[in-house]
Amino acid sequence: MTGQPEADGAPVLEVRDLHVTFAGRVGLGAGLAGRKASQAHAVDGVRLELHRGEVLALAGESGCGKTTLARTIMGLERPTAGEIRFEGEPLGKSTKLLREYRRRVQIVFQDPTAALNPRQTVYESIAEGLRIHGIASRDGMSEEQLVARALAHSGLRPPERFFLVYPHELSGGQRQRVVIAGALVLEPEIIVADEPVSSLDASVRGEILKLLLGLRDDFGIAMLVVTHDLGLAWTIADRVAVMYLGRIVEIGPAEDVLTRPMHPYTQALLQVVPEAGGLSRPYLTGEPPDPTRIPEGCRFHPRCPEVASGSAAAAGVEDRCRGEDLGLVELRPGHFAACHLAAARHDALPVSGS
Amino acid sequence: MSILSVRDLEVTYTTQAGPLPAVRGVSFDIETGEVLGLAGESGCGKSTVVNAILRLLPAGTVVTGEVLLNGEDVLTMKAGRMRAVRWTAASVVFQGAMHALNPVQRIGDQLAEAIVLHRLSGEKEALVRVGDLLEKVGLPARRLKDYPHELSGGQKQRVMIAMAMACSPQLIIADEPTTALDVMVQAQVLKLLNDLQHELGLAMLFITHDLSVLVEVCDRLAIMYAGKIVEEGPSVPVFEQPAHPYTRALASAFPTIGDQRFRRSPSGLGGDPPQPDSVPSGCSFHPRCPLAFDACPTTLPDLYDAGELRRAACLLVAEEARTPVAP
Repeated sequence: MTGQPEADGAPVLEVRDLHVTFAGRVGLGAGLAGRKASQAHAVDGVRLELHRGEVLALAGESGCGKTTLARTIMGLERPTAGEIRFEGEPLGKSTKLLREYRRRVQIVFQDPTAALNPRQTVYESIAEGLRIHGIASRDGMSEEQLVARALAHSGLRPPERFFLVYPHELSGGQRQRVVIAGALVLEPEIIVADEPVSSLDASVRGEILKLLLGLRDDFGIAMLVVTHDLGLAWTIADRVAVMYLGRIVEIGPAEDVLTRPMHPYTQALLQVVPEAGGLSRPYLTGEPPDPTRIPEGCRFHPRCPEVASGSAAAAGVEDRCRGEDLGLVELRPGHFAACHLAAARHDALPVSGS
Repeated sequence: MSILSVRDLEVTYTTQAGPLPAVRGVSFDIETGEVLGLAGESGCGKSTVVNAILRLLPAGTVVTGEVLLNGEDVLTMKAGRMRAVRWTAASVVFQGAMHALNPVQRIGDQLAEAIVLHRLSGEKEALVRVGDLLEKVGLPARRLKDYPHELSGGQKQRVMIAMAMACSPQLIIADEPTTALDVMVQAQVLKLLNDLQHELGLAMLFITHDLSVLVEVCDRLAIMYAGKIVEEGPSVPVFEQPAHPYTRALASAFPTIGDQRFRRSPSGLGGDPPQPDSVPSGCSFHPRCPLAFDACPTTLPDLYDAGELRRAACLLVAEEARTPVAP
């Protein structure tokens, strides 16, 4: 495994035009007066492919819909429209298929302390998944051997020493390893990791990231890493997708997106990564806007520094920014952005190389 | 004279399992208008230092050393004097702004309370001052009529900053002030703190585990490990060329985007930060240190000179100082 995704192979996971809408709440008075609840468009038309052995980072501010997208992929939320395909098959409503899917797609949550049952030993926590999926043995190995193997692969060695340990006896890093072992024991094709290291001590993070990358290299597991930390994306991701108000606004190879971003929102996110002397940088004002009221045109235009500074007007695209919603456009090989200005500038440049 | 001078501070909690030394001899100074960053991981004692400065530790905790606030020792103050000093001489911005405000009281009244209690003005004038404070932290004065639930996380943290400034202290202690906030909001809050600090010439003690945040806002850094300061010095050199192996590991947890050294090669330390009840012998970092040698488990390192205005508690630094470095 070289770590590069198999670009021409079929994706292991495909998300097609996915929408997830939550009903808002209405006060009693307004409800009696006949007012309808406004709907929150948490995920508003997302298309995404994940290849075998690929690490895709999904980045964005809180409230951008990245966690809802991850939960929907896990089958924890039901899509309002669109579909999710696993190995080419759409995820139907069949519980049998869904159960099998839930074995093959595992999640690692942010806070291992909350994810583990405090009254369950490490062994019980990990064996629980096997029991739920009715796996008494596999590859000629007993339950105990499977649990031991998963612990060892997660860096908890010798595994037997951890069998009867309770979560409170472990450090944060060890707990996250137990959570990862719990996912690994089911031999998943995909691991969805929601901020996998943000609750861990800084000096421990590197080891957990090393472990995740090792699982990708050794077992070809694809990973969707949900994070707000672009530094983390730089450290482990093959591709990066940036989400804003329920949409992916830029996606492409990690190095290209993070060092040569095309969407003004990605640029803004990169500018706020803390660094020495960084306080003089520009940043977006205001908080992320409301998914119940998605702006007309490009959804980013009310906060877009290019619109505010007049650059968009100078390039003659401002009207389109304000009035025309656009999808992702491939501006560099494998690198897509949903920005009128980036598209206009790209057209103005001679297409170079491939 | 320094605004804050901490000398040989030792804090030992009393627990059912026996004494628990959380801070084991910490000294530092903060001058007027200076920002000191105190970095470290969970359990290293950084929050205990904060609580010791304002005497917020549980009863029965053994505190020795000196905490001089404007030359006056906080640890020996009478309770009444201590109450007067909190807020007016030094105040804290805690993390988790969302939980620090009273949900059933308007934020204006909460801000005014501190001013009125310290008899700085009557209630009417206090509300005028609160309006000014809100404007200062970038919120319209009319928001003083709002309840906390009407504000976003970033706005609540702005209110907490306004509250910390309510009695015009000379020192503000910011304990993980941006940890619970989103990246964009974090940038706004850091900018605000920095602007206020410059404008009012405040001294600040800034605490977080996030070195990349500290290097952005602080003049100097002090890195804590297992209840002691293991490295200190001007922030940019400490972050970019750490002298202590622990600082090096901590700094590499915050990669520079675009730097190929970090790409697909996460680096970290084996093991975990030690708990206060089981601090390793000698240099407390030696079980996790990639450079440890035979003297480390037995020799307790001092803070040795490690370049201009810099000190580090590592035997290798002491060796290097003794052997002249080839140009």
